Amino acid sequence: MITNLGGFKMSQHKQIRIALNNCGVIDPENIKEYIARDGYVALGKCLTEMKPQDVINEIKESGLRGRGGGGFPTGLKWEIASKNHADQKYVVCNADEGDPGAFMDRSILEGDPHAVLEAMAICGYSMGATKGLVYIRAEYPLAIKRLKVAIEQAREYGLLGKKLFETDFDFDIELRYGAGAFVCGEETSLIHSMEGLRGEPTIKPPYPAEKGYLGKPTNVNNVETYANIPIILRKGASWFNKIGTEKSKGTKVFALAGKVKNVGLVEVPMGTTLREVIYEIGGGIENDKKFKAVQTGGPSGGCLTEKHLDTPIDFDNLLAAGSMMGSGGMIVMDEDNCMVSVAKFYLDFTVEESCGKCSPCRIGNKRLYELLDRITQGKGELSDLQRLRNMSLVIKDTSLCGLGQTSPNPVLSTLDNFYDEYLAHVTDKKCPSGECKDLMTYFVIEENCVGCTACARVCPVGAITGEKKEVHYINPEICIKCGACEERCKFDAIIVK
Amino acid sequence: MTKIKTLADLERIKNELRSELDLESGLLNSENAVKIKVGMGTSGIASGAKDVMDFLIEALEKRNIEAIVSQTGDMGYSYAEPTIEVQKPGKDPVVFGDVDIKKADLIIEKYIKLGEELQGVIPVNYQTIDN
Ligand SMILES: Cc1cc2nc3c(=O)[nH]c(=O)nc-3n(C[C@H](O)[C@H](O)[C@H](O)COP(=O)(O)O)c2cc1C
Ligand code: SF4
Ligand code: SF4
Repeated sequence: MITNLGGFKMSQHKQIRIALNNCGVIDPENIKEYIARDGYVALGKCLTEMKPQDVINEIKESGLRGRGGGGFPTGLKWEIASKNHADQKYVVCNADEGDPGAFMDRSILEGDPHAVLEAMAICGYSMGATKGLVYIRAEYPLAIKRLKVAIEQAREYGLLGKKLFETDFDFDIELRYGAGAFVCGEETSLIHSMEGLRGEPTIKPPYPAEKGYLGKPTNVNNVETYANIPIILRKGASWFNKIGTEKSKGTKVFALAGKVKNVGLVEVPMGTTLREVIYEIGGGIENDKKFKAVQTGGPSGGCLTEKHLDTPIDFDNLLAAGSMMGSGGMIVMDEDNCMVSVAKFYLDFTVEESCGKCSPCRIGNKRLYELLDRITQGKGELSDLQRLRNMSLVIKDTSLCGLGQTSPNPVLSTLDNFYDEYLAHVTDKKCPSGECKDLMTYFVIEENCVGCTACARVCPVGAITGEKKEVHYINPEICIKCGACEERCKFDAIIVK
Repeated sequence: MTKIKTLADLERIKNELRSELDLESGLLNSENAVKIKVGMGTSGIASGAKDVMDFLIEALEKRNIEAIVSQTGDMGYSYAEPTIEVQKPGKDPVVFGDVDIKKADLIIEKYIKLGEELQGVIPVNYQTIDN
């Protein structure tokens, strides 16, 4: 598995591991294993052979864009921070990872913590910062433990601390813990949280690069963004920028989940299609059901359909298709998933996680949720669909931070791609996928029923009546739609519609 | 602990690691040992990787098999946790999925001792970059 297959172009494998290069390969609690894989060589090279601006230029040329969601060019961000002068500057690693179902960053920190530490030191050198902070949620105890061990070992070896590689460059890293609020992944909110203030966003500008932690210039990057840095500097920008698409270079790690056979971590070059990820790497849909949609970008993203399967994945294509890259959650849905319920699931999350600072997000998302809830109960009206769309657009336009600005995306993308399904809910009061319990009725097919009474005996609420050897009847007023009768009937006489 | 001050120091540590491994395995050359890595990310541990690792260490010792067992991060195969990678001397590493203690025992008896093929091997599905 560690064998070198001789250049990525020649292999038939769809995945290339760059950010996950050492993950699952080295012992993360032994710095020597990291060093044995050329760890800290990039830092040594930067400090002894390159000027800060050279480092920035290399990262700019690599084309690396932030993996935390926005896709901002990393080299440019470092350059801006380097040009803002101050007595103290900070390098921050965003390890909040709040998207439901995402675990890319956690896996990197648990499997290869030194890569992130090394990258932060390199960033510090390039922008003139001597302090690094990793903001990590307290719900990641193993990642925290391994980071602590890694920091300790790096200090012992003189790879963090004073006068690194016998230069005048000092750099050290500390951890800051978050309580696991999604909004604290937003960079201004994250900084406030680190300062001991409420984790609420503030308007940008000023950007952190200008006024960040304690009012000082601060560079915030995502875990996976950092994990790419040492390799880029070791192998060169021109190696890295050959991988990927024109505007999105390198690879992206996804946490593939949902109804695929092989759930797990995948790392593919930008430009790989959704079909390749879901069918070739993911092994296709579980139980050979029909593919329905794939959700990318978490609560900020959208649901893509069959027609998007051959879209090459990169920042711009996903945006154009009505979703986004996000941090790398990828949830696959099959024919049994109701898309209205999917939208409702994400809105439920957003309502929970909204910080409440601004009214469009605080109130608007709640109203969106209520509308969706009504629709899934069969109480929606046709006009609700227009209402959903209008309100979504207003929330997007008027919310203060990225949370509110993107939270209606799951609603809009399902409205766009699955309008018929919404219609079925509001006009026919039916849920085509059968997921919305309130819209289902269980009934007996008379021709098939032999009157064995098995269903009546299993019904927990006594909704089924009928004499032995005669056709049975389910009283819809009493039925709680548990499905027990359908499962029990050996004659396929009970169906749900 | 001598601090690392130059790129050459990093090179030296690389070699140090090799001799330490040799020492640890009690062998002249760690190249002769079976190397086993156990995927111990959060999801691996949650599926029982720690018990598997403890078992492997104990069983290999009892059965007199020269081996180095170490932990590593998430290998990425969430659908088949716990996962372990076994590399016999001179052979390509092989990754096994869904390894519980029973399966770990089988891996020792059949694959490590006899070289027999076993079910549940996860094929390599990615390319690595050469360092
Ligand atoms: C609501 C919200 C949540 C976010 N959560 C995260 C997160 O968990 N991790 C992350 O790296 N970036 C997150 N971001 C993006 C950060 O604000 C920031 O853009 C990012 O950390 C910058 O790093 P990058 O350029 O390396 O992507 C979030 C943004 C918003 C609006
Ligand atoms: S958009 Fe939502 S999360 Fe962001 S500041 Fe407003 S209320 Fe808070
Ligand atoms: S679905 Fe459940 S409650 Fe309804 S009739 Fe069948 S067994 Fe009774």
